[in-house]
Amino acid sequence: MSATNPAPSGEPPDFSELQRMAGEILGVDADRVQLDVSFARDLAADSLDLVELIMAIEDRYQVSLPPERLEGMRKVGDLWEFLMEQHGAA
Amino acid sequence: MTGSDRAGVRVAITGMGLVTPVGTGVEAVWESLSQGRSGIGKITQFDTTGYPTQIAGEVRDFDPELYMDRKTARHVARYCQLGLAAARMAVEDSGLRPSTMDPDAVGVVLSSGAGGMEEIERGHRMLLDRGVSRISPFTAPMMITDVAAGLVAIELQAGGPNYAVVSACASSGHAIADGFEVIRRGDAVAMIAGGAEASLTPLMIGAFCQLSAMSRRNQDPTAASRPFDLGRDGFVMSEGAAVLVLEEMGHAVSRGTRIWGEVLGAGASADMYHFTAPDPEGRGAARAMRAALRKAGLRPEDVDYVNAHGTSTQLGDIAETLALHQVLGERARTVPVSSTKSMTGHLLGAAGAIEAAACVLAMDRGLVPPTINLEDQDPRCDLDYVPNRARPADVRVSLSNSFGFGGHNASLVLGRGTSVNAKGA
Repeated sequence: MSATNPAPSGEPPDFSELQRMAGEILGVDADRVQLDVSFARDLAADSLDLVELIMAIEDRYQVSLPPERLEGMRKVGDLWEFLMEQHGAA
Repeated sequence: MTGSDRAGVRVAITGMGLVTPVGTGVEAVWESLSQGRSGIGKITQFDTTGYPTQIAGEVRDFDPELYMDRKTARHVARYCQLGLAAARMAVEDSGLRPSTMDPDAVGVVLSSGAGGMEEIERGHRMLLDRGVSRISPFTAPMMITDVAAGLVAIELQAGGPNYAVVSACASSGHAIADGFEVIRRGDAVAMIAGGAEASLTPLMIGAFCQLSAMSRRNQDPTAASRPFDLGRDGFVMSEGAAVLVLEEMGHAVSRGTRIWGEVLGAGASADMYHFTAPDPEGRGAARAMRAALRKAGLRPEDVDYVNAHGTSTQLGDIAETLALHQVLGERARTVPVSSTKSMTGHLLGAAGAIEAAACVLAMDRGLVPPTINLEDQDPRCDLDYVPNRARPADVRVSLSNSFGFGGHNASLVLGRGTSVNAKGA
């Protein structure tokens, strides 16, 4: 559970970085982390793994996932979509 | 050997796994113990600037991913990583395959004194620095002291009785005692029993510094743990794990596996004296030793070797010496007594198990490991402590002591395996 340095403000999220972070935290090869992949079914991530990943993403991109949206984070694409939304809103 | 108890159930030791500051694996550890080699050095796991004690026994170059996948390694505390590594080695050594057996057949009692101390410290720092929402969801399962037992059950598919026994520095002595009793009462065929500790953290080292319990011989680390020597100034904390596979004797014999040794008896008691100081007369310790011998059906003169708790503290070494006089009587004057903590340092909740393994190896190899750094023997410690050099000896029965803060005492009586092997039990 290493600390994550924040990305420079205003810099768009980088999908390859998301792949790397998710790969490290979920213990899978980064190239298995694709938009249409299910966290639970394909990457064997349980709810604790997902919370850890989201905390790392929040730290890296200085964003905050509202608790009510956690339930909707089923695929990697859902997380990516949230990040892009946040970047657009910034 | 009179190892049989009322029920006639005997308990063999059929596997051993060791991850310690003096080596990883049975042969590496034995090489160090038999050659009198210390595993103590400067603490490298954190910056000890300002700490009165800056030395410890670290397990160096440990790669958890040799024993578990990357994700598991990330989500368990270091004591669990060390414990799982030792458990895997022990089970492999035994030849048992719990996953192919009845799920109730093999259980786990894997203890720790402090558990995931580094995770408590990390989680607390996060709480203070960044608030409750930044505490990792893994902090709770990583910090508690019982998870190593659960992890071993999951990884090795051993579904029998499963828990940790916590009694500070007596934890794994009690774990082996409990594993022995579980098998004797018929609740499992085999038990994976031992201890794991990874307590070399800023808070733990600092807290023990404040107790003035640890050696401050920072300039000469390998000479710091010196049980029974006049120059001793406290114990040296170490990390590591030691696990034994205990197995019902008939089961072990029927599958033709190597029998390292036998658990003949176990005794436990409380000092009823003080949280941290031993009873200066050693009465509680003596009662634990007597109970263990009674359960084994043995007399003091049957004891061929004592692996002392011998932590290198002023009071503890004297109290244990007095206790051994009380229990062994005339035999105390001639029986070899050594403290392998002089080499390993004090593995706290894993100490009882590494020292049980040292007894098994002493019996197996016919060689008593020494108490190193014993240059100027304390006259109040007046036993034969096997100073500085290992000594050949025909050891059939060993007594191993473990005493913990809180006044917990655990003694094990262990028997040689080769006699069982020779007569086919």
